[in-house]
Amino acid sequence: MASSSTAAHADHADHPTGLRRWLFSTNHKDIGTMYLFSALMAGLIGGFLSILMRIELQEPGLQLFSNGQMFNVIVTGHGLIMVFFVVMPALIGGFGNWFVPLMIGAPDMAFPRLNNISLWLTICAFLLLVVSLFVGGAPGSTGFGGGWTVYPPLSTSGHPGPALDFGILALHAAGASSILGAINFITTILNMRAPGMTLHKMPLFAWGMLVTAFLLLISLPVLAGAITMLLTDRNFGTTFFDPAGGGDPVLYQHLFWFFGHPEVYIMILPAFGIISHIISTFSRKPIFGYLGMAYAMVAIGAVGFIVWAHHMYTVGLSLDTQRYFVFATMVIAVPTGIKIFSWIATMWGGSIRMTAPMLWAVGFVFLFTVGGVTGVVLANAGIDRELHNTYYVIAHFHYVLSLGAVFGIFAGWYYWFPKMFGYIVPDWIGKLHFWLAFIGANVLFFPMHFLGLAGMPRHYVDYPNAFAGWHRIASYGSYIFAFSLLVFFYGVYVAWRRKERAANDPWGMGSPTLEWTLSSPPPFHQFEKLPRITGSADH
Amino acid sequence: MSGNGPNHAPAPPPAPRRKSGAGVAIACVAVVALMVGASFAAVPLYRLFCQTTGFGGTPLVGQEANAHVVDHVIDVRFDANVAPGVTWKFEPEQPRVSVRLGETRTVFYKITNVGDAPATGVATFNVQPDLAGQFFVKIQCFCFEEQTLKPGETIHAPVVFYVDPDLLKQPETKDLSSITLSYTVFRSKNGSPVAATAVNADKNNL
Repeated sequence: MASSSTAAHADHADHPTGLRRWLFSTNHKDIGTMYLFSALMAGLIGGFLSILMRIELQEPGLQLFSNGQMFNVIVTGHGLIMVFFVVMPALIGGFGNWFVPLMIGAPDMAFPRLNNISLWLTICAFLLLVVSLFVGGAPGSTGFGGGWTVYPPLSTSGHPGPALDFGILALHAAGASSILGAINFITTILNMRAPGMTLHKMPLFAWGMLVTAFLLLISLPVLAGAITMLLTDRNFGTTFFDPAGGGDPVLYQHLFWFFGHPEVYIMILPAFGIISHIISTFSRKPIFGYLGMAYAMVAIGAVGFIVWAHHMYTVGLSLDTQRYFVFATMVIAVPTGIKIFSWIATMWGGSIRMTAPMLWAVGFVFLFTVGGVTGVVLANAGIDRELHNTYYVIAHFHYVLSLGAVFGIFAGWYYWFPKMFGYIVPDWIGKLHFWLAFIGANVLFFPMHFLGLAGMPRHYVDYPNAFAGWHRIASYGSYIFAFSLLVFFYGVYVAWRRKERAANDPWGMGSPTLEWTLSSPPPFHQFEKLPRITGSADH
Repeated sequence: MSGNGPNHAPAPPPAPRRKSGAGVAIACVAVVALMVGASFAAVPLYRLFCQTTGFGGTPLVGQEANAHVVDHVIDVRFDANVAPGVTWKFEPEQPRVSVRLGETRTVFYKITNVGDAPATGVATFNVQPDLAGQFFVKIQCFCFEEQTLKPGETIHAPVVFYVDPDLLKQPETKDLSSITLSYTVFRSKNGSPVAATAVNADKNNL
């Protein structure tokens, strides 16, 4: 569909090296690479914290931690790191920066310098968060242990030390970074599409990023407001969330979840886009129901803003309010179902090739569906009374995020690795990585459903012996998952060791999106002569 | 956007008009500013919302007695708490009263300053169950303003209230047999209450 003539200037005059290339980078591909690298590093740290948790929970009693507060600090750090410094930087900063300009035929992002600021703000924010683990929190301990939601009153009165203040600053910096990034993506996608590429011909990954950027733009300022109130409540004597001064701690929950619920779609919509491209490529078929797929993402984004209180069924909402939130939450299953069934319909009758990225994508569809089904269960206010803050919730959101978003990241990694770095990862390594991760993650998270139904509450360092069996199995699963990462790194090592060059379109499937018309890796600057898009939307 | 090298060979054809990014960016910044504003505006709006609808157990404030009395009796229980750091002894003079719906009643709370310095407190109040808040109307209450007690001073503070008979029209509340009115007194400084600091909290607790 794309008749592109890429003026590839490999030895272009403006091709900085060393510090100038990386520290001062304004190149969307270099910035994307740095985002991916930082997400990988943060992922190792966040993953390490989760292994600590699983070692502790493998047996009843205290093994690794001397007290529950330390454990909760690790839980909190794991959550914040994975959400703000792994999934978001990888999907949005990493793949978004790399492939939105390539897919829409733009030479770079709209505001390259802003892009640089976003990257380094994220890294500064991550360092602030790491510092917060080591400065005083609750009396006699370090770090903040109140969970990633940072609910008052525990966050306003239980942690007098500066740990949470560092955490709040980290969230402010990460939020500012994401808002600037969102402005950049929106401007790029609205203004810089190649001639002929209307919005309705735009690849689905770009659609996912556009919706994500709008969600970031609208929801993050509310988080910034809420944690600013928290900061002034803690340090400057205001009483936004303190009943003693007429405040209300539940207001924080409303503000937080007005951000927090769209945030879960922020983490999954880019992965939806990636999965669509992979399934279409390896089924040798255009995506089924392209417009439906695009507008399903728009619908998920829009409805995502009016369902936040399903995280708060137990705070004393009136029955009518709960009825509304139950209904609105279940409505989200409709556009999500459109996406799942369209992926299946794309594969149906297709000439399927089970390469590593396709395995990851199909695994994503399966696991995301499992997580989606438990989400519909939890959407019921009555059932939620029973399951609120149990391991059932942990299982649910790890199926959609740890298995959904993370499988989306790895799918994108194996799909685009030859394009980004110009080398081939042997397919068997990607497949081995997949099977280890798939088995490990299911062994890790599926038993948590049983634990939750049996009443195991989250955020606890210890538990009665009755829960020991499934906890032990979950811990074994986490070790399998951790081992799969070694295979992942081995694949990266082999790619650079063997230096097997990738063709422009290494999957040889006639992939219809523009990035495959460029060399692998793409030239430092691309599309100096803009490609012209003709024909109809066929991806 | 992509650095214009001097040896840029093929002169681009009349470049397709590149729209300015500034307009979109400014619109985006406006959205961000709007949402930050909205999140702070949520504070007074939420309070106003609670006070007008009785949401979350916020009792309503009424001006005059209700003329319409129904022959349906309900228990009203009284609960009194003191936040750490306030040297008040604070209790209702009767633990509960039975009232007919719509009937205006006056009850007294007995407040004694047991400390050896003047103590100023202000009470926050709430009704349980939450849904009853919209039917619990206070006409007069000591809690509407702060009270300063000299050391050893005792006052009898009145609360004048009625329970709105519309309680019977709401399916969730029509079978209620009792409503609890709860007060918590916090230390007040310069007219605005401040949270009691956690320091020495346990020692000062009454």
